[in-house]
Amino acid sequence: MNRFAELLDRLAYEPGRNNKLRLITAYFRDTPDPDRGYALAALTGALSFKHAKPGLIRDLIMDRADPVLFGLSYDYVGDLSETVALMWPKAVLAGHNNPPPPSLSEVVVTLRTLGKTDLPKQLARWLDELDETGRWALLKLVTGAMRIGISARLAKTAAAALGDKDPHEIELIWPGLAPPYLDLFAWLEGRGDKPVNRDPAPFRPVMLAHAIEDSDFASLDPADFIAEWKWDGIRVQAVAGRDERGQMQARLYSRTGEDITKSFPDLAPSLRLPGAIDGELLVLREGRVQTFNVLQQRLNRKVVSPKLMKDFPIHLRAYDLLGDDENDLRELPFAERRAHLETFIRKLDDPRIDLSPTVDFDSWEALMAARADPASAGAGEDTEAVEGVMLKRRDAPYLPGRPKGQWWKWKRDPHIIDAVLMYAQRGHGKRSSYYSDYTFGVWTKSEDGEQLVPVGKAYFGFTDEELLQIDRFVRRNTTEKFGPVRHVVHEPDQGLVLEVAFEGLARSPRHKSGVAMRFPRISRLRWDKPPREADRLETLERMLKDVAAN
Amino acid sequence: MRPHDILLPVAAGLCCKPGGFHIDPVRPVERAVITHGHSDHARPGHGAVLATQETLDMMRLRYGDNFARSTQAIRYGEEIRLGDVKVKFHPAGHVLGSAQIAVSCNGLCIVASGDYKDATDPTCTPFEVVPCDVFITEATFGLPVFRHGDAADEVKKLLASVTLFPERAHLVGAYSLGKAQRVIALLREQGYDAPIYLHGAMEEITHYYQSRGVALGELRPVKGVKKADLAGTIALAPPQATSDIWTRRFPDPVTAFASGWMRVRARARQRGIELPLVISDHADWDGLTATIAATGAGEVWVTHGQEDALVHWCKSRGLAARPLDLVGYGDEEESEAVAADEAEG
Repeated sequence: MNRFAELLDRLAYEPGRNNKLRLITAYFRDTPDPDRGYALAALTGALSFKHAKPGLIRDLIMDRADPVLFGLSYDYVGDLSETVALMWPKAVLAGHNNPPPPSLSEVVVTLRTLGKTDLPKQLARWLDELDETGRWALLKLVTGAMRIGISARLAKTAAAALGDKDPHEIELIWPGLAPPYLDLFAWLEGRGDKPVNRDPAPFRPVMLAHAIEDSDFASLDPADFIAEWKWDGIRVQAVAGRDERGQMQARLYSRTGEDITKSFPDLAPSLRLPGAIDGELLVLREGRVQTFNVLQQRLNRKVVSPKLMKDFPIHLRAYDLLGDDENDLRELPFAERRAHLETFIRKLDDPRIDLSPTVDFDSWEALMAARADPASAGAGEDTEAVEGVMLKRRDAPYLPGRPKGQWWKWKRDPHIIDAVLMYAQRGHGKRSSYYSDYTFGVWTKSEDGEQLVPVGKAYFGFTDEELLQIDRFVRRNTTEKFGPVRHVVHEPDQGLVLEVAFEGLARSPRHKSGVAMRFPRISRLRWDKPPREADRLETLERMLKDVAAN
Repeated sequence: MRPHDILLPVAAGLCCKPGGFHIDPVRPVERAVITHGHSDHARPGHGAVLATQETLDMMRLRYGDNFARSTQAIRYGEEIRLGDVKVKFHPAGHVLGSAQIAVSCNGLCIVASGDYKDATDPTCTPFEVVPCDVFITEATFGLPVFRHGDAADEVKKLLASVTLFPERAHLVGAYSLGKAQRVIALLREQGYDAPIYLHGAMEEITHYYQSRGVALGELRPVKGVKKADLAGTIALAPPQATSDIWTRRFPDPVTAFASGWMRVRARARQRGIELPLVISDHADWDGLTATIAATGAGEVWVTHGQEDALVHWCKSRGLAARPLDLVGYGDEEESEAVAADEAEG
């Protein structure tokens, strides 16, 4: 447990993805089975036991510490698990044969079967045996509040690195594996065969698109491509297959392979045919695709009420078929897969699943026109949910990851405004010595006259060279420091104008300005523009109205 | 005679009327008795200064030759008479030359311990328990969440990271006086014998430690070294420098900070530290409470830090205790203080 605690501790502070990977891989290399397997399970969220309530932890410390000292300490530290981990009294254990601290395996295996009444005593015993970091990790684990910024994907990638394997290979077999993953580690270390995925409805690693640039078109022939609408929903994979007893199993996966079936019980019955559909999850009302904001009501829900399902009817719009019954279609060219998909959807004949239509075009100009006006190019009333167009090579096989030159996304022109830099904050990791997080604002009339109101925050979009320039500007033009935040000069004649591009706009009572941007980024530095000429809040409000009117 | 007839907190610091001096005064006074060389305790401009030779030397390094009108050096264990009181210096284990000051008058003994720690430190004389009637203690880490553990384990953590990331530089923030030299000595104790790189601001004081016979191995200035050549090295810098433009001369640095504050995660995260090292030159909670008990003092005065918790603990043990509201301590190494509420840790 102490070694795992050290890993969690280090990961909690490490901002860099590659460095996190190396820390996890080093842990897998140095830690024996079955501990490392349970660690992989903990990092991928594959452990299941009843979590302890914070009240239980509080009771444990109250039995052992002066309540005044606990109160002062909790106020200071601000986190219950951490306070208890730090102030847990050193155990006075008789004799020289103190028990060794529990291993991670011991903790996980014990918790799986431990009754509720025995939990406090068992926890106290472990807390006696562990050091500060060990106690912290144990309490985070048992309360189910790890939150150390590690995705399941990252943990699997770190495991793959142990055997120099492609993480996609692990994704493929993952659904058939269970903690402590002895067979997986044996394979990764060259001591055993590759585990076979006996999952009847496994996830297949997804294929992603590159954003197309104007300069790319010159080298591309329209005849080589099929175009579809790019829907503003959630990319999912819907898989169905028969298990050993011949029962149909249906699963819905996120683009990272997370099983999200339970969040969409209304879609599962529609997955009646064995196969694997790549598509977009949308909310449809009376046949019309709703905006992403509407769809959001259905996301990240643990409990799905009948009312929610009725008010936000879920729908799958299919654009690719990766498997048809027992047949793996991924090696086939896209044009052929598309033909299989059309047959499959027709056979399925389900109101909740339909085909994403193709967009006809014979030149890039024609496609550009369609993209600019989806309504008259076939998208009809769903135009609002169209983010742009997708271009897929007719002859492209389905390749995991983001292969070059196969799929392109061509978004509709993003919204652009000119805003004024107001505050800057240091970044993380490689950027920790740079002011790289920017809050920007637009003009509005207030009781005190013209005033800038913050409308968003952006962390990227600029080049390294531009980052240096902004960083220099921030340091030379700081008017006030407040903790990590620097107030940067923003007067009508003094300050820096940022051209900000963003994907969407929504009303937000939580923001002082009343609007919230989706995916804002710095698209250009307007050194040439005085702040007084930056955009006004009214411009954003007009954009909001335009969205509503369409 | 009552204790506060001997020592009384006033605006300038702790005043000993019958002895005619102040201990660690924060304003210029006629006669100052100084516990150790950190800048919040050792200030310039006093008339006469009594301190250990090391503390006097450190003041001279920082403030120049004319930092006081006259100076007098005193050794650990040495006792001298000042006015109606006797003053004796004992090692405090905080930094090189740090001392507790025992003030006795008419059979009543008060110990002003300054900053102290009971943990081992290869760079200074170990702390000594001084039996007394009144013990004046600091409370920098006066909460039971502060337990510092073995500093050697923290240094091992640093070395493990250097092994894991050989292409990155490890940049350790450490206070220039005391902490930096202790970290270097701890690294050497672990068998690390590669050159250790220093920020310019800590070169002079570190060389002073070496001149006093503290073995620190090969040290090099960071200045003038090519970025690529700093890969795989350990460099020490004042805490503030580790989050500034200065760090750009290092290849993808891992930012560490050696401080007792690193025990609390939010503290480390606020400062963007990637590798917190819990190494403190102050006593932790267990050290404070054990020391108070060991002095046998029936009365405890608590100065800078978390006074409330320590006063509460003393009272719950049946000891008379009160906070001394002295202002101006806890921000030693002013030029390095990063947040106003943080003492050197």
